[in-house]
Amino acid sequence: MVTQTIQDPNRDPVSYSIQLAKINKHFGAVKANVDVDLNVVKGEIHAIVGENGAGKSTLMSILYGFYEADSGSIYVDGEAVRINDSKRAIELGIGMVHQHFMLVDNFTVLENIVLGAEGSWSLTSSLYKARNKLQAISDQYGLNVDLDAVVSQLPVGLQQRVEILKALYRDAKILILDEPTGVLTPQEVDQLFAILKTLKSQGVSVLLITHKLQEVIAISDQVSVMRAGAMVATVKTSETSREALAELMVGRKVLLRVDKHVANPGKTLLQVDSLTWHDETDVPRLDDVSFKVKAGEIVGVAGVSGNGQTELLGLLSGMLDVQQGQINIEGICIDAQHQMTPKQIRHLGVGHVAEDRHRNGMVGAFSAEETAIMGFQDEPEFNGKILQNRLAITEHCKSLMNTFDVRPADPDLKSASFSGGNQQKLCIAREMNVSPKVLLVGQPTRGVDIGAIEFIHQQIVSLRDQGSAVLVVSVELEEILSLCDRVLVMSEGRIVGNVLASETDARSLGLMMSSSRSGDQMVQQGSQS
Amino acid sequence: MEFSVQLISALDSTLRLAAPLVLCAMAGLFSERSGIVDIGLEGKMLAGAFAAAAVTAVTGSVWLGLLAAILVSIMMALLHGFACITHRGDQVVSGLAINILAAGLTVVLGIAWFRRGGQTPSLGSDERFGPLTWPLSESLSDVPLLGPVYTELLSGHNLLVYVALMAVPMTAWIVFKTRFGLRLRAVGENPQAVDTAGISVAWLRYRAVIMAGLLCGLAGAYLSIALGAGFIKDMSAGKGYIALAALIFGKWRPYPALFACLLFGFLEAVATRMQGVQLPVVGEIDVQLMQALPYILTVILLAGFIGRAIAPKAIGTPYSKDRA
Amino acid sequence: MSRRTKLPAWADIGLIPLINVLLAFLSAGVVVALIGESPLEAVQVLIRGAFGYDEGVGYTLYYTTNFIFTGLAVAVAFHAGLFNIGGEGQAYIGGLGVGLICLALDHLLPWWALLPLAIIAGSLFGAAWAFIPGYLQAYRGSHVVITTIMFNFIASALMVYLLVNVLIQPGSMSPETRAIAPESTLPLMHEIFEFLGIKITQTPLNLSIFVALLACLFVWVLIWKTRWGYAIRMIGFNESAAVYSGINPKRMVVIAMMISGSLAGLVAINEVMGAQERVGLDFVSGAGFTGIAVALMGRNHPLGIIIASLLFGALFQGGAELAFEFSTITRDLVVVIQGLVILFCGALAYMMRGPLERLFAALSRSNQEEG
Repeated sequence: MVTQTIQDPNRDPVSYSIQLAKINKHFGAVKANVDVDLNVVKGEIHAIVGENGAGKSTLMSILYGFYEADSGSIYVDGEAVRINDSKRAIELGIGMVHQHFMLVDNFTVLENIVLGAEGSWSLTSSLYKARNKLQAISDQYGLNVDLDAVVSQLPVGLQQRVEILKALYRDAKILILDEPTGVLTPQEVDQLFAILKTLKSQGVSVLLITHKLQEVIAISDQVSVMRAGAMVATVKTSETSREALAELMVGRKVLLRVDKHVANPGKTLLQVDSLTWHDETDVPRLDDVSFKVKAGEIVGVAGVSGNGQTELLGLLSGMLDVQQGQINIEGICIDAQHQMTPKQIRHLGVGHVAEDRHRNGMVGAFSAEETAIMGFQDEPEFNGKILQNRLAITEHCKSLMNTFDVRPADPDLKSASFSGGNQQKLCIAREMNVSPKVLLVGQPTRGVDIGAIEFIHQQIVSLRDQGSAVLVVSVELEEILSLCDRVLVMSEGRIVGNVLASETDARSLGLMMSSSRSGDQMVQQGSQS
Repeated sequence: MEFSVQLISALDSTLRLAAPLVLCAMAGLFSERSGIVDIGLEGKMLAGAFAAAAVTAVTGSVWLGLLAAILVSIMMALLHGFACITHRGDQVVSGLAINILAAGLTVVLGIAWFRRGGQTPSLGSDERFGPLTWPLSESLSDVPLLGPVYTELLSGHNLLVYVALMAVPMTAWIVFKTRFGLRLRAVGENPQAVDTAGISVAWLRYRAVIMAGLLCGLAGAYLSIALGAGFIKDMSAGKGYIALAALIFGKWRPYPALFACLLFGFLEAVATRMQGVQLPVVGEIDVQLMQALPYILTVILLAGFIGRAIAPKAIGTPYSKDRA
Repeated sequence: MSRRTKLPAWADIGLIPLINVLLAFLSAGVVVALIGESPLEAVQVLIRGAFGYDEGVGYTLYYTTNFIFTGLAVAVAFHAGLFNIGGEGQAYIGGLGVGLICLALDHLLPWWALLPLAIIAGSLFGAAWAFIPGYLQAYRGSHVVITTIMFNFIASALMVYLLVNVLIQPGSMSPETRAIAPESTLPLMHEIFEFLGIKITQTPLNLSIFVALLACLFVWVLIWKTRWGYAIRMIGFNESAAVYSGINPKRMVVIAMMISGSLAGLVAINEVMGAQERVGLDFVSGAGFTGIAVALMGRNHPLGIIIASLLFGALFQGGAELAFEFSTITRDLVVVIQGLVILFCGALAYMMRGPLERLFAALSRSNQEEG
């Protein structure tokens, strides 16, 4: 029997709410899940950790019926089941809160919760019944949301709560949360964890997918670690540590120490004064942001993603128009009256490695050489009078590939066909090649393998040593701490901290990141007690 | 008095001319609210018109003709669904293919079957949906003001005009007051939310395009066996596109779309009456201008100069489970 | 759902389009069989009508010329990620430009001096008509598909108005302009051949087919060899990457639409300055829509567009012959084929990919097992 082989012999049988046995799933040549086993004890919070691409999301998608496994078996409450669509999963009492919420923006909370579980064909009576049932659920779990609010008007934390309510409304006994804290502020995370504990006390099993180890330690009962599509360990949280989990996750000790000497900042090359920016719905994204970056230093911007970093990079690179405040690049001022296009800013000597290379930094369908001249497509060296100088473009790409060790070194290959690390190297090579005075780097190593990370960090440091001013935006605190000389902390569109990297650590950065208008008081309260 | 008679007669033809627009606009509403662009209203209506006239001519039964129109139009709609939902093809391209296919097939089959250069045999009055006279309309016609409105304007249309007018509250009720409507609106905004709620996106969208087919079939039948007496080549004459314009003009909502259809119908009704008429101040209004006015108004609306037409968010994008 | 084995490039570029075209024609064959005629016979008549004698060839190439222009127009917009359904209206308005300049200068200039001016006028008028939808899409957020549909109708109404009320030849009943002076119209092909000492039957085929071929070369160079083409393709693939690269996507949308419209406007060189020698009602007669089928079938590449245009030219000419041979088939069959090509090469373009990928996977597996 399969069930016997996957059960822990030291544990009492039966009490599992979910058991997965020998799950396999591949996409083309990529093996996303290899012989994965997983046992989730009823009424426990079970975390699954792993790096990006370790196969966590695929596994959960299989459990939720979004994909079907190539082979393997699923047991819910001890019974073998086949989950071929989400409907079946819901019937089995499985609920899922996706990383990107599955909500209809212009619907009310009530309509969103009822969608798919209406009960009868008449909407009026469905909504009426649902209202009563939801009242009971909110009371039971302490989940309060205004049922008549339009979802798009709600803050993210509340939207997530709507997702949890959606699952509970469908009588979920097993709740899967995929990276639930990525978009939350620290207080929202606290609130979420409080909710999860309540759920647990009511007998709901929680599967928490995350790559944030401190959260795992804080809330889970058991942890499973995935690496390269396989389940490498399942341990009790009380019997493990962050360090041990980290080692299991990456398979070897990561030493994110970048070889560099102390920075020797020169004159200010980039200065930002009172930058304020509102998006098209007039939501403030940047609020009175000021800072300086000097020649020969790397300044990091730390923060939970979505707190204004993207907009900051957008404004600095000219992709967004300045509304209030000003940007000074070596004495040249950009403000609401003096806008500059990305091209003009590039000509001031600003390089920009985009945060999301698939969105901005490259065009997947372009050949590597076409991607290699992005932003420089109008430079005289790549153009004749009318025609592009394809020879020069190919040569340029080859030389970038050489210096940054991009493989395969084929300028004709489609950009999308390169691995993430090689794509990023090509993008960084393109921006560094002109020795920019100011380099803006968003998420330098997102989706990049470890070997390439070290290489990229070294290149950034060597550019600093040549006297460039570098601004690095990253959500990885480890990266910020090891790579940068000075750290700015962003929260809710404001700079809430400005410290030397050598004088801080992840904990104090995390504390600063959690400060916000309401959070300021929280931090103060914390310091008083 | 003269003016009010003129007005009532103009409004009367407005209803006649707007009826197919209303049916097509409601058809488009179902499809587009589910996230499927439907520029194929024209083709479905044309195919329906041909089927209705052909079957009525052969069997002598308007009801069989109506049924044929609906079935053929639904088949075209299913083809659209097959391309856009099952094979995630481009919705505009598919709609265009259906329009061109219908324009060609109706004539090719018409010539092959009836040998009248693409027309179907003309239908006698018992082979068409005739006017329905409302009770007491004779005796009430002398009541001042309300009498003519009742007798001339409201009474005396064929069944399908009333069906068209009924289609609007029906559509509004289905879309806003039923489970299907909730899901329909959801799938046009965020299909992934629908999918993860355990509802099949494809089946939901198929049902939406089938509804669109049904309504376009009615519109087609109206053209050939109610308003007209047989099929004539290209008899839809851009009405499907006007209905699409009306749908957009009505911002994808049933009653505003009805209003837009009536407005466009009125413009057409007036256009024919205005030929050669000298108006005070503006002088003679050109027929071509009146004909182009629905399109011009829609372009102005789309350009955001009068309000804003916000389309369902997921419109035009095929749904796939793959994460990019 | 899952990514299957990738197809080899030749299958992707060559085989799938070929299968799609074949499917379209097979379906057309079914329609012919359905109305009780022999599809094979119909094909024979078609081919004979299109290529069997010099007059047929002349007409085939005359239609081809129009389709090349409209096909290129659709393709350029496609590369920028835009679907220009307005080729019909743009060509019609282009005719206004060509007509006005020819009527203004035909007694002053010979055709060779007038041709460049007519090309400029036709392109400008076509571009202007495409500019508005392009501008509205870029700066006002209205969708170019809907606005170009609307603009086809508006163009039609406008031209009817102008031809009936303004441009009509005084004393004439039919809504068309006076004829352009003979020495100012484009030489017909039989005249050119006669000059070379070869006698062929007179057809509307004229010098503009060379203009069409030049336009192909222009589009090829523009799209793949210049920085403007680079920018057009970039906004087509990824608008946000274009912003990053310092390209103004809004401006490029307008420019791409204008190039597209100007190519459509050139249809008038063939029709107004060449074949009909005047501006008449509805002289475009659907070429704008055929251009969509042509671009889809030719995969937006000038070479593919030439081949597809030739095919459709043959269909239109051969289709006219069908009516003589069969009592039940008319040229409307070609409209059906056009619809089927748009359906199979456009809307159902990826239908065959899944089965083919499985087939290739199975083949490579069996090869591995043998080897």
